[in-house]
Amino acid sequence: MSKKLFLSGNEATAWGAKLSRPHVIAAYPITPQTVVVEKLAEMVSTGSLNAEYLHVESEHSALSAMMGASAIGARTFTATSSQGLVYMAECLHYASGGRFPIVMMNANRSLALPWSIYGDQRDSLSLLDCGWMQVYAEDAQESLDLVIQAYRIAEDVRVLTPVMINLDGFVLTHTYELVMIPDQEDVDAFLPPYANPNIMDLDHPRNLGFSSTPRDNMEFKYQQHMAVLCAKDIIGDVDAAFGERFGRHYGGLVSNYRTDDADCVLITLGSVAGTVRAVVDEMRKDGKAVGLCRLRYVRPFPEAEVAALSATGRTLGVLEKDISFGYEGTVYTNVNSALLKAGHASPVLNFIGGLGGRSITREDIRSIFENLLDAERQRAIDSVRFVNLGVATHGR
Amino acid sequence: MIKPKIQQYRQPCTISEYPVGPSFQAGHLVTTNSNYRSSKPIIDITLCVGCLACYVACPDGAIVRDGKKVRMDYDFCKGCGICASECKVKAIAMKKETQGENE
Repeated sequence: MSKKLFLSGNEATAWGAKLSRPHVIAAYPITPQTVVVEKLAEMVSTGSLNAEYLHVESEHSALSAMMGASAIGARTFTATSSQGLVYMAECLHYASGGRFPIVMMNANRSLALPWSIYGDQRDSLSLLDCGWMQVYAEDAQESLDLVIQAYRIAEDVRVLTPVMINLDGFVLTHTYELVMIPDQEDVDAFLPPYANPNIMDLDHPRNLGFSSTPRDNMEFKYQQHMAVLCAKDIIGDVDAAFGERFGRHYGGLVSNYRTDDADCVLITLGSVAGTVRAVVDEMRKDGKAVGLCRLRYVRPFPEAEVAALSATGRTLGVLEKDISFGYEGTVYTNVNSALLKAGHASPVLNFIGGLGGRSITREDIRSIFENLLDAERQRAIDSVRFVNLGVATHGR
Repeated sequence: MIKPKIQQYRQPCTISEYPVGPSFQAGHLVTTNSNYRSSKPIIDITLCVGCLACYVACPDGAIVRDGKKVRMDYDFCKGCGICASECKVKAIAMKKETQGENE
């Protein structure tokens, strides 16, 4: 019988990992991810999880250990955040290039300087090009379910690409909710053991992780690209199969809310989507046709799903906890590219919020929607706006 | 140990002929690797007693068993001289490579 537990996002992630039966776990604790590491260590020490738990001296080593274990066919799990993630940067590229289907949780947290332990998404989004799939959870239940789904996606022989599951630091990692814990039997049936196509033994010695000259190197990169593109369909299939077995599914690459007849749609990612959904309902009561598109995956990018949001006269906004200094938010850049290709002509605005852990309130989101509803009339071109900046940007 | 032999590289025609990620059967040698050798071991086979000390000590597997004795695989010998140093009967001498002779 499945059961319900009152869990934080971190704890739900640890449960997701436990149910997925990883062989090897190596993780270095960092706020706000620490609880994941503690929970898994506890599960291993009490024997409720039969896994090798490696104590490593850094995040770089944690992911390196995962690659070694994954290379010989082990299912691996690790978790990190912020400075730890960027310390792993070298290994992130290594892991995707090596086609190791590692699943990693990242607690989205601001990057120094100024030093901050609070949440934003600059850590993961600044590493969007490292070849990993990136998915952003909205709540603890989705976090748990995503870990299980992520292994099935990553380990598919057509994909063989690592997955980074992102949870907003504190807002999601440290808040509690009732979470359905699936039965181990059901998870086992949904997620068979990893069948490593590059299995190595004494009878079949292999060279793993070799170098490649310009003659062949680019073909490996092309394969990586095609694998992540191919994952789009597999993500949808896995989500649907998960729904059939467990009764919960999330819509694949995106999750839309009241977008069909919307005059404006706010595109965002992560836990703030819950607040946006509440504001959409409030504003709908006031007769304002607003909607939400939550990007679940940013890699692979839901190009077709974003393009499908385009409609004549419909304004679109992107709210993200991220900025590529000197240009615009990275999610916005990606969204705009998809919309441009779809021939979208109405304004698309970028709202940068929540940097360094600043709250994004209902009022902020209401104001964003008001901006969007007005944007067509204004033919708005000031596309990058900081939400809830505490001071005036002009004058002295 | 079966020493892998050097073989002709065959350029794949389709992307599916490439391995998925940089992983492939070990010992698939397609290039020689010795052109930076500054001196080469010369074995006097009449002195060799077939003790295999050099064969075991060679860090590159560049010494091949040949009947009861050994021979050098100059395609992979880097010229480190360990074999000459390990040979108890002084059957191996290091000879300086002259430019252009190697490879």
